[in-house]
Amino acid sequence: MTHVLDPDALPGATPAVHAPLPPYDDVTRSDAAFRSFLHGLPGVDQVGAESRAAQLGTRSIKTTSKAWAIDTAISMVDLTTLEGADTPGKVRSLAAKAKQPDPSDPTTPRVAAVCVYGDLAGVAREALAGTGIHVAAVATAFPSGRASRAVKIADVRDAVGNGADEIDMVIDRGAFLTGRYLDVYEEIVAVKEACGDAHLKVILETGELKTLDNVRRASWIAMLAGGDFVKTSTGKVTPAATLPVGLVMLEAVRDFRIATGRQIGVKPAGGIRTTKDAVKHLVMINETAGPDWLSPDWFRFGASSLLNDLLLQRQKLRTGHYSGPDYVTVD
Amino acid sequence: MTSTSSAFEYAPAPESRSIVSIAPSYGLFVDGEFVDGTGEAFKTVNPATEEVLSEVASGSEADVDRAVAAARRAFTRVWGPMRPADRGKYLFRIARLLQERAREFAVLESLDNGKPIRESRDVDVPLAAAHFFYYAGWADKLEHVGLGTGPRPLGVAGQVIPWNFPLLMLAWKVAPALAAGNTVVLKPAETTPLSALLFAEICQQADLPAGVVNIVTGAGDTGRAVVEHGDVDKVAFTGSTAVGKSIARAVAGTQKLLTLELGGKAANIVFDDAPIDQAVEGIVQGIFFNQGHVCCAGSRLLVQESIHDEVVASLQRRIGTLRVGDPLDKNTDIGAINSAEQLARIRELSDIGEAEGAQRWQPACDLPAKGYWFPPTVFTDVSPAHRIARDEVFGPVLSVLTFRTPDEAVAKANNTTYGLSAGIWSEKGSRILKIANELRAGVVWANTFNKFDPTSPFGGYKQSGYGREGGRHGLAAYLKGADQ
Amino acid sequence: MIGNDRLAVRKTYKLYVNGAFPRSESGRTYEVTDSKGHFLANVAWASRKDARDAVVAARGAFAKWSGATAYNRGQVLYRVAEVMEGRHLQFCEEVAAAEGLSSSKARAAVDAAIDRWVWYAGWTDKLAAVLGGANPVAGPYFDFSTPEPSGVVAVLAPQQSSLLGLVSVLAPVLTTGNTAVVVTSRQRPIPAVTLAEVLATSDVPGGVVNLLTGDAEELGPWLAEHADVDGIDLTGAPAGRAMEFEREAAGTIKRVVRPPATEPDWSAEPGLSRMTPFLETKTVWHPMGV
Repeated sequence: MTHVLDPDALPGATPAVHAPLPPYDDVTRSDAAFRSFLHGLPGVDQVGAESRAAQLGTRSIKTTSKAWAIDTAISMVDLTTLEGADTPGKVRSLAAKAKQPDPSDPTTPRVAAVCVYGDLAGVAREALAGTGIHVAAVATAFPSGRASRAVKIADVRDAVGNGADEIDMVIDRGAFLTGRYLDVYEEIVAVKEACGDAHLKVILETGELKTLDNVRRASWIAMLAGGDFVKTSTGKVTPAATLPVGLVMLEAVRDFRIATGRQIGVKPAGGIRTTKDAVKHLVMINETAGPDWLSPDWFRFGASSLLNDLLLQRQKLRTGHYSGPDYVTVD
Repeated sequence: MTSTSSAFEYAPAPESRSIVSIAPSYGLFVDGEFVDGTGEAFKTVNPATEEVLSEVASGSEADVDRAVAAARRAFTRVWGPMRPADRGKYLFRIARLLQERAREFAVLESLDNGKPIRESRDVDVPLAAAHFFYYAGWADKLEHVGLGTGPRPLGVAGQVIPWNFPLLMLAWKVAPALAAGNTVVLKPAETTPLSALLFAEICQQADLPAGVVNIVTGAGDTGRAVVEHGDVDKVAFTGSTAVGKSIARAVAGTQKLLTLELGGKAANIVFDDAPIDQAVEGIVQGIFFNQGHVCCAGSRLLVQESIHDEVVASLQRRIGTLRVGDPLDKNTDIGAINSAEQLARIRELSDIGEAEGAQRWQPACDLPAKGYWFPPTVFTDVSPAHRIARDEVFGPVLSVLTFRTPDEAVAKANNTTYGLSAGIWSEKGSRILKIANELRAGVVWANTFNKFDPTSPFGGYKQSGYGREGGRHGLAAYLKGADQ
Repeated sequence: MIGNDRLAVRKTYKLYVNGAFPRSESGRTYEVTDSKGHFLANVAWASRKDARDAVVAARGAFAKWSGATAYNRGQVLYRVAEVMEGRHLQFCEEVAAAEGLSSSKARAAVDAAIDRWVWYAGWTDKLAAVLGGANPVAGPYFDFSTPEPSGVVAVLAPQQSSLLGLVSVLAPVLTTGNTAVVVTSRQRPIPAVTLAEVLATSDVPGGVVNLLTGDAEELGPWLAEHADVDGIDLTGAPAGRAMEFEREAAGTIKRVVRPPATEPDWSAEPGLSRMTPFLETKTVWHPMGV
C-alpha cells in the first residue's frame, strides 16, 4: 500500500503510458498520485443522488415532447444481442430491424448501432453496409474481463478487424476494487490504442462497483484514459443501468467537459425496457449534462427489448389507440 | 423556463383541475356544520392567475365565541370522555380519507396557494395524511409519552396557521391536539383557507363528533379573537416572529399554554469536502422549495471560500434548469408567490440587497403576465451586515456568504436572532456531529435539507419559537403531566 | 454566632457574579432582619447594572457548562451537595432565622435542599435518553433528537423558601446545562449568600450561577427584557407583576415559567416540569447510504 501524502517520494511508481488531457496530465504519474486524485473527487451521497434521480423521474413528458423523445430514443438504441446462442442469422435479423424498426411506418428513425460479440461483427458489418448504422462489438473478455491483457487486446483487434467501428470494453473490476487504479487506466489506454479509429465505450459494470463513489471514480479513469463513452453495464449483472448510476455518469462527463473541453458520451445498458425508462434518461440528460448530449453521438441505450416498447408507444401516438405486441416484430 | 434552449422542451402537462369543485362561497365550520359568518366575507384568489376562487366567511368575535363554545361542549361531553382507542380510530379514518382524496387536496392546495402540484402532491398532502396516521396511534398510548402516568388533555386548543403549507400545518396542529384528547378551533391563513374547508368535509365524512374540529376563517382579527378567547386553554401558532411576539404578549398572565413556530434564517453550510452535486441540490431544495415560503428555508448559504466559485457556478447552472410557472403543471418547480403583499416584501428586500452592494443573479426567465411571480434569485458578495443576510425574506432569494474555518462557519451560522434550522454538507462524519452539536438550531439537516416526518420533532431555538411539533414532543404540547 | 467571650467576626454579604463576590456597583445595601425583625445584616442591593454584568457572566460561562459532559455536570452538582453538607449547621441556623422555622423544620428544609442537588445531579446523564431518542422517519435517514439547554436563564427565586425553594428552582436550570442569573428572596437572602459560597468552593465554574441579592420587582423587568436572556422563571415575581414581566419577555420570545398562584410546598419530589421549560429539542437528520 502506498502513501497518498507523498506520492512523488515513492520509488518504483509506474510511469503512465499516456498522459491525460490537461489540467489532469499529471494525475497518472504514480499509483499514489492517481489514487489521491480519484479519492479527491467530490463524494457522492447515495441518498441524495437517488432522490435527485427519482425526482427527475417524475417529469411528465406529453404530446409533442413525447413524440420527440421517442424518436430520439430510437435513434440512440444500440440494438444488442449478446447470447452464447447468437448466430449469423440472428445478427442479420437484428440488422434488418435496425434499418427498419417499424415496417408499418417508414418514418421511424433507424437505431444508432447493432451491438454483437466480436466474432459476429463481420456479419453485422455486411448486413448494415451503407446504412450509416454503426457496428459495435463487445471485447476484452466480455463480460467478466478476466483474461490477460494480451488476450484482451487480441480480442479488440479481432473485432475491429471484423468490421466493428465501436468497441465496448469492460474494465478490470478486480483491479479497480483492489485499488490498482493505474492498472485499470493503462488497460483502457492500451485498448484505445488497439481500437484505432473505432470508438471506445468503456463498460464500468457498475453493478459490481456497488457504490456511486466508485462509479464516479471509474468514470474518471475511463475519461482520462481516452474512452469516448462511459457505459454502465454489460447487461449480465444486476443491477445495471439504474437512474442514479446514470446521473453520476452524466455529472462526470459534464464536469470533464467543463475542465478539459472534451465531450464524452454516456451509454446506460441493461434493464432499460420501457419507453418510460428511456424518457427518464432523456430528462436526466437534459437537466444534468445538458441538451448537447441529446444525440446518438453522445448518448446511447444498450438494449434489446426497449426498441419494441418505443415502437408500440410511437404507434399509440400516431394512431391514437393502444397497440399490442403483434404489431411489432419479434427478432 | 430553461436558460438553454433545447430540442427537448417539455410540453405543458397540467394536472386536471376538474377533480376539485370549489363552491362560490364558504361559511365557517362550527359544531359540525357550515354556518354563515357574521364578519364581512373576503375573497381568496389563485395567486398564479389572480382569479377569484371563492368568497369565504370572516369569523367575528361572536363567531369565534360560538366555535369555542362548540369545542368546549365537545371536549366536555364527547371527545374528552371518549375511549382513547376510539379517538385514535377517528384519526385513522381521517388519515385514510386524506389519502383517498389526496389528488383533490393537492390540486386545491396548488390553486389556492400557488405551490407546484409536484410538491402538494408529493409532499404536503402525503405528509398531512402521515401526521394523522402517526398521531392516531398515540391516542391510546398517552401514558407512554413521558409525562408520567395519567397525562390529561388541556381542553380547547386555539390554533392559528400560516399560508405556506395550509393543509400540512393544519395536520401538524390538529392531529396531535385531537390525539391528546383536546378539541380545536383552527384559523387558517387569510389567503389560503380552502384546503382547511375541504378538511372540514373530511371531518364530516369521518363522522367526527360535532365541535371536535371547528374551522373559523378570517384575517388577523379573527386570529386574535381565537388567541385571546377566555375559554381557550392552549394556543398554538405558526407564522411570523412579529405576530408570535404579540401572541406571547396576549397570553401573558393567563393559564393558556403556548407553542410558537416562528421565522428563521437558516444557514446552509457547505464545506470543501462536501458531496458537491448533492450539496447543490440541497441548496436548491433548501431555498426554492415552496418558492422559499418556508420558515426553515436555507436562505443563507455559507460556503467555504476555497470552493465558493465552483459552488456558485454549479448552483447557477442548476437553477437554470428550474421551471417557473403554472403551479398545476406537473413539471413546474417553482410556482407563484402566495400574495401581492408577499411579492412586494420580496421585491423590497431584494432591492435593498442590491442597494447595499450585494450582486443579484437571476436566470433568464419568462414569467407569466398575470399573477404574482418572482424568479429564483441568488445574491453573492453578501456580508453578514446586509439585511438580506439577516431578515427573513420568505421567498426564492438566496444569500451567499463565505467562511474559512469550521469555527467561523458556526459563528456566522449562529449569528442570528433565529434558530429554527441549519444545514451541513461534508463527507466527514465527526465534523458533521461536532458542527451539528454547536449549531443553535432546532433542526439540523446534514447532507440533506427540508426533510420532514411526523416522527421527527420540529421547532426552533431563540426567536424561532418554542415547543416542538412531531414525535412525542408534539404531544407534550397538548398534555398536562401529573406534576403540572 | 456569638462565642462565650469572643467578639464574632461578622461577614460582609456581597453579590456572587462570575465566580467573584463583588459589592453592588451601585454601592447600595439594604437591611435584612430575621423573622422577628431583629437585624441580621446589610446585604448588597443589586442594581440593573449588576444584573447586566451577571448576564454577561452567565453568557460567557454557557459554552463551557453546556459543553461539559453530562457525567461531569452530574459530578459538579453532586459536589455542591457534598460541600453544603459541611455547612449543614450554618444553613440550619440561617434558614431558621430567615424563615422563622423551628430548628427541626429548618433542618428538614436543609436536608431536603441538599438531597435535591443529589436528585438533580443524577439527572444530567439521563435526560437525553428520557427526552430524546431516535426517530423512525419514513426514509433512508438516521434521525435523532436530543435535549439541549436554552442558554441563559433568569430566575426570580421564591420569596418564602429561602434555601429549599432556591435550590428547587436553581438546580434544574443547571442540570439541563443552562447558566443562571438568580434574584434571591428579597427578605430572606442570607442562605442564598451562603449557597453562593458553597458554589464558589465546589466545582461549579464561575459565571454558571450568579446570585443577586435584591429586589425582583426592580430587577425583573430588566431581566425579562434583556435580549441576551433566553428564559425566565417568574416563580418569585412579586404579586401582580408576573404578567407584566411575561409580556416583556415576549419581546424576545423567552421561555417563561409562570409563577404558581401560591408558593408551593417545595418538599415534594419534583418531576421534569422544571427542567423541560429550559430545554430545546434539537433534531439532526443524516442520510444512510454507502
